[in-house]
Amino acid sequence: MGNNLLANYAEVVAVLLFCIGFTNLLLQKNMIKKIIGLNIMDTAIYLFLAEKGYIDGRIAPIVVNGDLNPQTYINPVPSGLVLTGIVVSVSVTALMLSLTIRLYRRYHTLDLDEITTRLKKEGR
Amino acid sequence: MDIIRNFPCLSILLSMFTAIICSALKGKGARRLSTILVMVVGILSICTLYLTGATGQSYVYVMGHFPAPFGNEIRFGTLEAGMALFFCIIMLLSLAGGRKKIKMEIDPHKENLYYIMVDLLLSSLLALVYTNDLFTAYVFVEINTIAACGLIMISEHGRTIEAATRYMIMSLLGSGLFLIGICLLYDMTGHLLMSNIHESIQMIVNDGMYTIPLLVTIALIVVGLAIKSALFPFHSWLPDAYGYSTVSSAAMLSSLVSKGYIFLLIKLIYRVIGFDTFLDSKIINVLYIFGLAGMIMGSVNAIKENDIRRMISFSSVAQIGYIYMGFGLGTTAAMVASVFHILSHAATKSLLFVSAVGLTDVSGGKKRFEELTGAAYRNKIAGVAFTVGALSMVGIPVFSGFVSKLLFAQAAIQSHDKLLPTLIVLAISTVLNAIYFMKTVIRIYTPSHGKYDSVAMKEKPLYAITLVCFIVLNVVLGMCSEPITGWIIKGLSLFA
Repeated sequence: MGNNLLANYAEVVAVLLFCIGFTNLLLQKNMIKKIIGLNIMDTAIYLFLAEKGYIDGRIAPIVVNGDLNPQTYINPVPSGLVLTGIVVSVSVTALMLSLTIRLYRRYHTLDLDEITTRLKKEGR
Repeated sequence: MDIIRNFPCLSILLSMFTAIICSALKGKGARRLSTILVMVVGILSICTLYLTGATGQSYVYVMGHFPAPFGNEIRFGTLEAGMALFFCIIMLLSLAGGRKKIKMEIDPHKENLYYIMVDLLLSSLLALVYTNDLFTAYVFVEINTIAACGLIMISEHGRTIEAATRYMIMSLLGSGLFLIGICLLYDMTGHLLMSNIHESIQMIVNDGMYTIPLLVTIALIVVGLAIKSALFPFHSWLPDAYGYSTVSSAAMLSSLVSKGYIFLLIKLIYRVIGFDTFLDSKIINVLYIFGLAGMIMGSVNAIKENDIRRMISFSSVAQIGYIYMGFGLGTTAAMVASVFHILSHAATKSLLFVSAVGLTDVSGGKKRFEELTGAAYRNKIAGVAFTVGALSMVGIPVFSGFVSKLLFAQAAIQSHDKLLPTLIVLAISTVLNAIYFMKTVIRIYTPSHGKYDSVAMKEKPLYAITLVCFIVLNVVLGMCSEPITGWIIKGLSLFA
C-alpha cells in the first residue's frame, strides 16, 4: 500500500488537489475563491492525465529525424485530451467570471449567500 | 438509403453552423432560421428513425478516416433517432409557446443571442444522443451546460443571474466528477470509444482485476451526471433556475437539458459499463434510495410552495426521482419504464410551464396562488391544458403519466426486496402529486370577481395551437403506449 502510494505520487497529488479544488468550489462563499477552486480542480485532472500519458525515458511525440519507432515517444492521446480540457475550462472560467462581474455590479458583494438573502428580502 | 446514414452527423453540424449564422442576424431572422433548423433536424431524425426501424440494427458512422480504436464515431440505433425526434418536437413547441414572452422579456438587441443558445443546446443534445466517444460526450456536456446557463440568464434581472450562477456551480461540480471518472476509465482501459471500453471492461471484470477502481469510476460518473440532472439531494439550483427564467427556457431546461444527461447515463450504463457490471456494483441501491427520497421530498417542497412556477419546478425534482428510482430497480423492465418516463415527463412538464404562463398572464403577471383564482375562465385553453398536465402528472388513465406509473409498478413486481418500498412510495408520491396539482386546478377553476380581463383564444393563435399540440402529444403517449414501449425495448436491446 505505502509503496504504491510512493510509486504513484503524482497521481496521489493530483487526487488531493482535485479534492481541494472540489471542496473550494462547493463550500467557499466568495465567488472568486470558488472560481479558483474550479481551476485547481480542472488542473488536477490535467496533471493526472499528463502523468498517465508520460512514460519514463521517452520524448514528446514530435517526429524528429524521421524516427517512426513508437518506442521513442510518449502516449500522445492524454496530451490531446488535456488540450481539449483546457479549452473547455478556459471558456467555463470566462463565463463564471462574467457572471461574477454582473453580480458584483448589481449587489456590490462577492458573497453568494449574502446575495441570496438579499434577494429573498426583496421578495421578488 | 445509404445517404440517410450521414443524417445524424449532418444534423449536429447544421445546428452548430446555424448558431454561428444567427450571431450575424437580427432577432427576427435568427428566430425564423432557428425554427426552420429545428424542423429540418426533426425531418432528418424521422428519416434516421425510418432507416433504423426498417433495418432493425444500429449503425456506426466513422468521423474522418481513422478506423475504430483511434478515430471518433457516431453510433445510432432506433432509440437514439427517436429521442432526437422527440427532443426536436418538444423544443419546437416550447419555443412556439413562449415566443411572446421571449419578445417581452428579452432586450430586442439580444434576441438573436437567445436563438444562438437554442441552436447550441440542440446541437449538444444531438451530440449527447448520438456520440460513441466518451471525451466528445464530455465536451458536449460542457457546451450543454454553457448554453443552458445562457438560456437561464437571458432575461437579465437579479434573480436569473443568481440562479444561473448557482446552476453553473453545481454543474461544474458535476462535470468535474464526470471528467475524472472518464480519465480513470481511460486509464484502466486505454480506449475512448464506448464499444472498445466495453470490451476492455468485460475482460477486466472477468479477470477480477481493478474491482475498487472500477467501482469508484462508476460512482464518479453516475454521481456527476446525477448532480447535473438534479437528482434529489443535488437539486438546490433547480427551483430558481426554472422558476425565474423565461418560459421557453424553463420548459426546455426541465424537459430537454436534464433529460439529455439522463439519456447519456443510460447509454453509458448499457454501452460502456455494461448492464450486468452496473447491477453488481451496488451503486443502483444508492440511486434507488435517492430516487425514492426525491419522489417524496420534491412533492413535499412543491406543496409548501406558494408560487406556481416554483411549484412546477419542485415537481420536476420528484419526477427525476422516479427516473432514478427506475435505474435503481435494476431490471430491464424498470429501465424501459425510466425511458418512457423521460418521454412522458418531458411532454408534460413543458406543457405545464407553457400553460402556467398563460394563466399568470391573465392574472396581472403575478405567480402567487391567490391571484390565480379563476384564471382558467379568463384564459380557457391554458386552463384546459394545465388541467391535462396536472392529470397526467398525477397519473390518470388516458394521459402519459399513468402509463409510466403503471410501467414502474409492473417493473417493481419483478424485483424481490424492492417491491414493497417502491409500491408504497409510488402510492404516497401519487397522493402528494394529487394534493398540489388538484389544489392548483381547483384554484384556477374557482370563479372570481373579474379583477382581470380575460383573453380570447383568437388573440393568441400560436399559443393556442401549441397547447393543443402539447395536449395531443400527451394523449398520444398515453394511448399508444404499446408500440412506444415496444420501440424502447427494441432500442435498448440495440444499445449494448
